Amino acid sequence: MVKAKAEHQDNNPTISHAPKTGADLLIEALIDANVDTLFGYPGGAVLPIFDALYKKKSSFNQVLARHEQGSIHAAEGYARVSGKPGVVIATSGPGATNLVTGIADAMIDSLPLVVFTGQVNQAVIGTDAFQEADIMGITTPITKHNYQVRSISDLPRVIKEAFHIATTGRPGPVLIDIPKDLAANPCADKYDEAFYLPGYQPTIKPNPLQVKKLKEALETAQKPVILTGAGILFSKATEEILSFAKTHQIPVASTLLGLGAFPGEDELFLGMAGMHGTYAANQALYETDLLINIGARFDDRLTGNLDHFAPSAIVAHIDIDPAEIGKNITTHIPIVGDAKLALKEMCKQIKTTPDFSTWLSHVQENKANYPLWYTKPETDMIGQWAIEQVFKETNGDAIITTDVGQHQMWTAQFYKFNKPNRWVTSGGLGTMGFGFPAAIGAQLAAPEDMVVAIVGDGGFQMTLQELSILQERNLPVKIIIVNNAALGMVRQWQEKFYEKRYSESVFSIQPDFVKLAEAYEIKGVKIDTQEELSEKLPDLLAYDGPVLIDCRVLQQENVYPMIAPGKGLHEMIGVKP
Amino acid sequence: MKRIITAKVRNRSGVLNRITGLLQKRQFNIESISVGRTETEGISRMTFVVEVEDFQKLEQVTKQLNKQIDVLKVSDITDKAIVARELALIKIVSNGQLRAEIQGIIEPFRATVIDVSKDTLSIQVTGKSEKVEALIELLRPYGVKDIARTGVTAFMRGQQPQAGQEQAPFSLLH
Ligand SMILES: Cc1ncc(C[n+]2csc(CCOP(=O)(O)OP(=O)(O)O)c2C)c(N)n1
Ligand SMILES: [Mg+2]
Repeated sequence: MVKAKAEHQDNNPTISHAPKTGADLLIEALIDANVDTLFGYPGGAVLPIFDALYKKKSSFNQVLARHEQGSIHAAEGYARVSGKPGVVIATSGPGATNLVTGIADAMIDSLPLVVFTGQVNQAVIGTDAFQEADIMGITTPITKHNYQVRSISDLPRVIKEAFHIATTGRPGPVLIDIPKDLAANPCADKYDEAFYLPGYQPTIKPNPLQVKKLKEALETAQKPVILTGAGILFSKATEEILSFAKTHQIPVASTLLGLGAFPGEDELFLGMAGMHGTYAANQALYETDLLINIGARFDDRLTGNLDHFAPSAIVAHIDIDPAEIGKNITTHIPIVGDAKLALKEMCKQIKTTPDFSTWLSHVQENKANYPLWYTKPETDMIGQWAIEQVFKETNGDAIITTDVGQHQMWTAQFYKFNKPNRWVTSGGLGTMGFGFPAAIGAQLAAPEDMVVAIVGDGGFQMTLQELSILQERNLPVKIIIVNNAALGMVRQWQEKFYEKRYSESVFSIQPDFVKLAEAYEIKGVKIDTQEELSEKLPDLLAYDGPVLIDCRVLQQENVYPMIAPGKGLHEMIGVKP
Repeated sequence: MKRIITAKVRNRSGVLNRITGLLQKRQFNIESISVGRTETEGISRMTFVVEVEDFQKLEQVTKQLNKQIDVLKVSDITDKAIVARELALIKIVSNGQLRAEIQGIIEPFRATVIDVSKDTLSIQVTGKSEKVEALIELLRPYGVKDIARTGVTAFMRGQQPQAGQEQAPFSLLH
């Protein structure tokens, strides 16, 4: 599978007598932390680290992206699918600032990353030295924590703490800034500084008394609904949520990032809620008298206008991050803790509940009467239909990544995720350029699984240089460009809310994506009609190697249904053809 | 409403930036911040006076502060029995003839003259913010040249009133 590997055999045993350096210590710490995949990009300030890596080459799968943003989005995809922290290394200054978008993305979507950046020599920090950037200052608001190591004896402890912080509690990115001299200089063999984080003790175990309050609320509720968020996926609580909802016959709505936490084709599942969610899910959140949020953060794209969000509900909110509880929505039953433990406690305490069947048949009727819809043209393709074909062809089993825009919402709507951790998308930050490199990380995390990157023609052009990685490793990622020759989501808003003034949202020219794929020795295919897609898709997906599929879809298609900005959950437009 | 919040933090580089950045990002208005070392090595106490709209916003401030890895403990002590003090240095225009008159004004405030020059006088005062403000107002007619205030620093009194007892008299802000 890996074409280029043969050229780089381990043939460098001679340097092993040189004294140990800070960089060596760093590599050892990574091995101790069970890191096996590294998303790194070299440069001046990290030369000592890359030199130390060269000596330990066989210990890691090192992935060289072609832009640091590609490295970090790949690390995010890797983290999302593997459940392990993604590890990134970049040089000081521009290398570090190129990571900023990915760090912010991981922060808002709670992805565990440990990011190493090089820094200029300690002697010149603060003098505007060559390739110096204040990456500590820049990343303080977008990291869970960050460190600049100023003494070599701190390094092993800092790395241990960073992995701990990134992966426990509410996961997130941690950055470690390492001055070049510290990595280059000789140091002792070992430093035994104890791990010390007195200000960091996430609450894992929920308070049973709070769960009791939820039990009592359920006893008098008539219209309960569960909202599933990505917290369920992080805490691996999919079995528990399924059993709880099934036992008590409570309908379930999901956030964008929570998809896959509850089986997408289950009869209790109402679909994604929010701006482009289903009518049934949004209406249930509007009508409910007891909303049980598990591991979601009440993002504004979910809630719509707060005045109309679950207006008559008692709100129970289970979250490992206490700061999320009560931030946007007044919460009556706060439960701080890990979703899995909370669900276990719920299953233990809550044995019987009233009969919710009237409510359930009401929401299921909504689901049946207002399904997601599209109008299929005669021969031309539209994004919704194309994505549905991918769903059918992969039996809903593929790992799907998306970029940001219309194609992302269509994928969330029409690809039914029945299993956890197969859905990789940029939710909170909405980062164009995320989808394709994230697919590379996902494929590295799950080499045996089919990975499909569903991207827009706009966003793909932000990070397409990573085609090099596919070429280099023959990674079998399948790229599907939902090509509407437009920044479709922007075009949609301009159509609806700016009287069709399509300001900079429609492309007058486009690259030949097939030729582009060929430039990287990747199989590329352009598809224009439904017939062609139906005919070719099975083989293309089954192809043993990377494929780029340029799906030409109609430009004027919009994402429906929709809650217009400022409107409430009950004011959806486009719920029917 | 005005609240007094104290935070014990680890003395690590960037911790002040981390906290002021957080307050700014979350749009919390800070009236003052004071920072200084505590009895424990490596640990500092920060005292903030913040202006928040309601209790929900207040809860967010304390939760967000608590979330910081280097923050050990956050307390909203506004409604506790507390001692809150501020120090101010006030430089005013003065000459030999006025000195006695000014001395008479500042004496009830237990303020002291800490520097004298040909045409200025510098005064130091400590106490609750209202007291500091009152003195500044009285001195204003003489011509204030410069003021330096530390912001409030505060902690809880050794003894807290029992539950149910009236607490307001102890509060700085009521
Ligand atoms: C980095 C970045 N820049 C701008 C945007 C704003 N934006 C959101 S969706 C969108 C259009 C995306 O176009 P495309 O990738 O072709 O996807 P489509 O909506 O057409 O499916 C834009 C520009 C963004 N989300 N991210
Ligand atoms: Mg597009």
